[in-house]
Amino acid sequence: MKLPSLRDVATEARLLLIGIPVFLWTMIPIYHMFLFAISPKEDAFSGKLWPDHPTLHNFEIVFKQQHYFLRDFYVQFWNSTLIAVSVGVLTLLIATAAAFSISRLKVPGGRAVLNLALFTYFIPAAFLAVPMYRTMGNYGLLNNHWSLILAMVTIASPYAIWVLKQASDKLPVELDEAAVMDGATTLQIFRLVYLPLMMPSLVAIGTYAVLLAWNEYLYAFLLLSNDREITLPVALGNFLAADDSPWELLMTTGFIYALPPAAVYYAFRRYMVGGLTAGAVKS
Amino acid sequence: MAITLSGDQAIPGPPLSSRLTPAQVWGIILLAPYLLVFLAFVVYPVCYGLWLARDPSNYVALYNDPIFARAAINTLIFLIIGINIKMLIALFLSGFFAQQRTWIRWLSVIFILPWAVPSIPTILSVRFMLNPEWGVVNHLIFSFTGDDGPNWLNDPTVALAMAIGVHIWKSLPFWTLILITGRLAIPHDLFEAAEVDGASWWQKFRYITWPSMQTLYVTCTLLSMIWTLGDFNSVYLLTGGGPADLTHVLATLGIRYLRLDQLSLAMASIVCAMPFVLPLVYFMMKRLSR
Repeated sequence: MKLPSLRDVATEARLLLIGIPVFLWTMIPIYHMFLFAISPKEDAFSGKLWPDHPTLHNFEIVFKQQHYFLRDFYVQFWNSTLIAVSVGVLTLLIATAAAFSISRLKVPGGRAVLNLALFTYFIPAAFLAVPMYRTMGNYGLLNNHWSLILAMVTIASPYAIWVLKQASDKLPVELDEAAVMDGATTLQIFRLVYLPLMMPSLVAIGTYAVLLAWNEYLYAFLLLSNDREITLPVALGNFLAADDSPWELLMTTGFIYALPPAAVYYAFRRYMVGGLTAGAVKS
Repeated sequence: MAITLSGDQAIPGPPLSSRLTPAQVWGIILLAPYLLVFLAFVVYPVCYGLWLARDPSNYVALYNDPIFARAAINTLIFLIIGINIKMLIALFLSGFFAQQRTWIRWLSVIFILPWAVPSIPTILSVRFMLNPEWGVVNHLIFSFTGDDGPNWLNDPTVALAMAIGVHIWKSLPFWTLILITGRLAIPHDLFEAAEVDGASWWQKFRYITWPSMQTLYVTCTLLSMIWTLGDFNSVYLLTGGGPADLTHVLATLGIRYLRLDQLSLAMASIVCAMPFVLPLVYFMMKRLSR
């Protein structure tokens, strides 16, 4: 075994000098949340790095809905799930159809539609929220899950169309031409040639839309207000309304709420990194 | 489209449906759902909002509202200082994460966590850490110095700085990831050649890394500025715009007016941001649709 040279040790030390602060910076807010979740109420504020008596009692309270703030936990969890999945499915349907139409069928005006979509993508979502709130009121959709689903589809589809269009442009034209030669109809090309080849991008975009909807706070909090209609993030925000809000339960619920998207993200990371960074910034 | 000879123009054309190929008809049908969404939830709201904000008295009211001026300044600080600090750190860290080490690869998996988890619980976690009476930060200050720590979020400057910190915490991983892809695209033999020539660390960065990454870096900075304009959560969930409405940014101010039922003021405040937003959007669209 060769002993590391002095220079190697110095390089490693310099890297650690960057790595350790990066690790602490990343983990502290998350660890703080976790610590609250596993601490009994009286331990949570002691400032210790690990509680004297770690417990899952907080999770039990949340799962049994044993607190005023948590009485609709399951309904809200279900609302979040239903809305996220609906947004994922609708965005995929709308964006895939549009990308196929623009990229493969070269529909007249397709380029203009793409530019409009791109324009929407760049308008900050918080700015669109104000008129969107009023519009949903005019449509009579406030406090209805459809308002949030449609709003999130509106926000998710421009980027989805953009990424899917980029990906479809890379598929060779000869594939479509060969299918036409064989007498395939447009819909058959879409179903049998286009969709299978686009699968990796579709997975990435579906995941993107689901996570976007699951994580959304602003639109959910504007468009839904009834306790049994709201999603989990809005319920978490409502904890703050009370002065004596039970922090340890808020952090426990927050931890449960954060787990699914983190799991989905890590499960699909391979697709996300390739599919999304390519679309996000073209250098 | 079908080729039209100049002589045909006098003859009335066949009906639209027969002039389009079946593929084009399908193209229109498949594009229709998005167009409907776009018309109903982008065009209509935007036009309606502009119509609400048409009265010049709204802009006079905004001009006289000290909270609006403060929010505009806060937004500029957030964008100009916050984003540039974030992007410089991202540029620096992209070099760190491009190192081939097993532990650095593991660290990069952890590093992405803030981006992967929803912002609400983590921002609230930071908010609790900074709580003057119960928060862990002041608890530590007390146990080390015996003094009470400051009331962090009660000072507008500190509170805004903390909101910027939260924003950086959340979005740094995303931009670092993008800059890493940019860095890895630089041919490695350039660095090897520089190594042979005895180039310093700075020279390698100045003459190899930066020239290949500057376009990407500038694009990322501008894109991040546009998106940060819409960052509602970092400010709202950490400070709620307080103390005394001094830490609002344009994104939270519009919602504040909305909650106070002053919809036309909310729209007017957004219209005021457009002269800054639209050139950035135009520039980005030029970049992306090349």
